[in-house]
Amino acid sequence: MKDKTDIAVEIQAAVKRYGNFTALHRISLSIRDNEFFTLLGPSGCGKTTLLRLIAGFEDVSEGQIYLFGDEIDTLPPHKRSVNTVFQNYALFPHMSVLQNVAFGLEMQGKSLSKARKRAGEMLELVQLSQYANRKPAQMSGGQQQRVALARALAPQPKVLLLDEPLSALDLKLRKAMQLELKHIQRETGITFIFVTHDQEEALTMSDRIAVMSNGALQQLGAPRDIYEQPHNMFVADFIGDTNLLEVTVEAISDGDAKCRIDDSHALICPAVETVVVGARLHLSIRPERMILTEEANANQSFKGTVVENIFIGTDITTIVKLETGSQITVRTSNSDRGSKRIIDVGHDAFVNMEVGAARLLAD
Amino acid sequence: MNPTTDVKTYSGFRLATIFCMVILYAPLIVVTIYSFNASNSITVWKGLSFRWYVDVFIGPESTKFKQAAFNSFSIAFIAGTLATCIATAAATAIVRGGQYRLRTPSLGLITLPIMVPEIVLAVATLIFFNSIGFTRGYLTILIAHTAFCIPFAYLPIQARMQGIEDSFEHAAMDLYATRSQAFRRILLPLMLPGIISGFLLAFIVSLDDFIITNFVKGAGIETLPTAIFGSVKQGLKPNIMAISTMLLCLSIVMVTISYFISKWDKTK
Ligand SMILES: Nc1ncnc2c1ncn2[C@@H]1O[C@H](COP(=O)(O)OP(=O)(O)OP(=O)(O)O)[C@@H](O)[C@H]1O
Ligand SMILES: [Mg+2]
Repeated sequence: MKDKTDIAVEIQAAVKRYGNFTALHRISLSIRDNEFFTLLGPSGCGKTTLLRLIAGFEDVSEGQIYLFGDEIDTLPPHKRSVNTVFQNYALFPHMSVLQNVAFGLEMQGKSLSKARKRAGEMLELVQLSQYANRKPAQMSGGQQQRVALARALAPQPKVLLLDEPLSALDLKLRKAMQLELKHIQRETGITFIFVTHDQEEALTMSDRIAVMSNGALQQLGAPRDIYEQPHNMFVADFIGDTNLLEVTVEAISDGDAKCRIDDSHALICPAVETVVVGARLHLSIRPERMILTEEANANQSFKGTVVENIFIGTDITTIVKLETGSQITVRTSNSDRGSKRIIDVGHDAFVNMEVGAARLLAD
Repeated sequence: MNPTTDVKTYSGFRLATIFCMVILYAPLIVVTIYSFNASNSITVWKGLSFRWYVDVFIGPESTKFKQAAFNSFSIAFIAGTLATCIATAAATAIVRGGQYRLRTPSLGLITLPIMVPEIVLAVATLIFFNSIGFTRGYLTILIAHTAFCIPFAYLPIQARMQGIEDSFEHAAMDLYATRSQAFRRILLPLMLPGIISGFLLAFIVSLDDFIITNFVKGAGIETLPTAIFGSVKQGLKPNIMAISTMLLCLSIVMVTISYFISKWDKTK
């Protein structure tokens, strides 16, 4: 067992079954105190289910959950010092904004005047003081989201659970709220467990990310690790854009694997633990880690034809059809245009990989 | 609306509508108008007067009607209240009790009495009271009314409750409310329009029930419908029309209130 004060939530081999269907397969996770922790995964992968287990709306089928060292998996929700910002906010429609925010404090046994006072402070924190007497239905989506946040933060929970709180907002408001949430998390020092299916949002906001799929944990790590060193196909494909190349492992030495792509090309890249010679695996290469040239400049370059150039603001994405038949996506930053020329559609091009750009994936 | 499906374009639509409205409302209108008749006869119009309304309150039959009205209103109030409480508990259990095997049957069982012919219920209730040796009187009427009012109170409450997501209760419990606090502070206020509307419906149904009341009431106790029926048997007098008109107005008012309350939104 790790230091009691260091780990906010510890999930040990948690299993959740609904009848014959297993929604979560033996999830084990440690979430540190003061951490902005994100559960990331596609729809239906079990993110909400895991949050509900922590909040106490569902019971674990197997396994344990600890909150700062105390086992909580058998406690009812109102005895867990954990608050939730719900996916649909679930603001009480018959109460004013202030009453909503004060509710948790009242239930904790604070006097009405104390509860109101603290609720007022929370509304200040989310900049909604002037709306204290409105009903939730009279607020915009973004404002409701902030009320939900204030309501969940008001009782000073040890851990705050946020279930896709930004998914109903438009892009601009969403970006603003991402920063605000991050800011509030730092200010309050409360551990946030944040659920999203948006990988960009997860990368922007999190200290650490747990990537989930089909009720199982795929990878756990800092945003940068997950992006640059995905463990498997699912993570590589789900986080950011990537090119996946099928390869055969020819040789392994000193922790490096020689991966044959075709008769004339092979790449050396760090081997994963489970790899064996002769295995057919995939390489992941991020589009921004390749350079397009008109001339072959190394034996690691692949010849192909430019199929399409797509302008996307900060970048230009070029799709190249290789001689082997597969398509590769290359991204060139717009600021680099002086040095890296854009090659017109239909012309031949060579795709060059940066050293260490390719990642060998398990399975 | 698509003009080919607009019923207004069918020939005879207007006529059929008027015909139906006349059949539905003509008797009520006639009764209302003739309740203001100055004449002793119920068919000959002799000018406008309130004498029959006065007669209801101070006329020869007024003591009988006052006692009947007191019985009717007190029974309707108590039975309506009891039925509403039971219906609220039932709706909470059935809508919030999660998925269990007997959910559909229990819903059917609660609302079935609305479909069963009232005379069957009346006979059954009478047999029930007889077989347990219960003396018929005020209490038997009250018990019978409470029982058959439950489904009427239940329907608006259930309708309201189904529109309330359970995430509100989850949110309340997440914010340290116990189950009963969540019920009192969150679920009950949100259900209130349904509850009031259910109560009003139960009240009205109890107030104008005749068949069951007539079976289970003992000798010497009358409610308004049975008193009116008894009076009519001795000859139709215009004071009956006055009472009927007053009951009609009360029903319209209560049904209207019930309708608006069920639509009432506390969130605005
Ligand atoms: N009460 C339940 N009964 C049966 N199956 C359920 C229940 N709740 C969730 N599931 C199943 O568990 C799986 C995970 O659901 P969950 O709500 O956790 O997904 P999610 O990752 O939150 O998805 P989303 O991003 O769409 O919210 C789904 O396949 C869902 O159908
Ligand atoms: Mg979800």
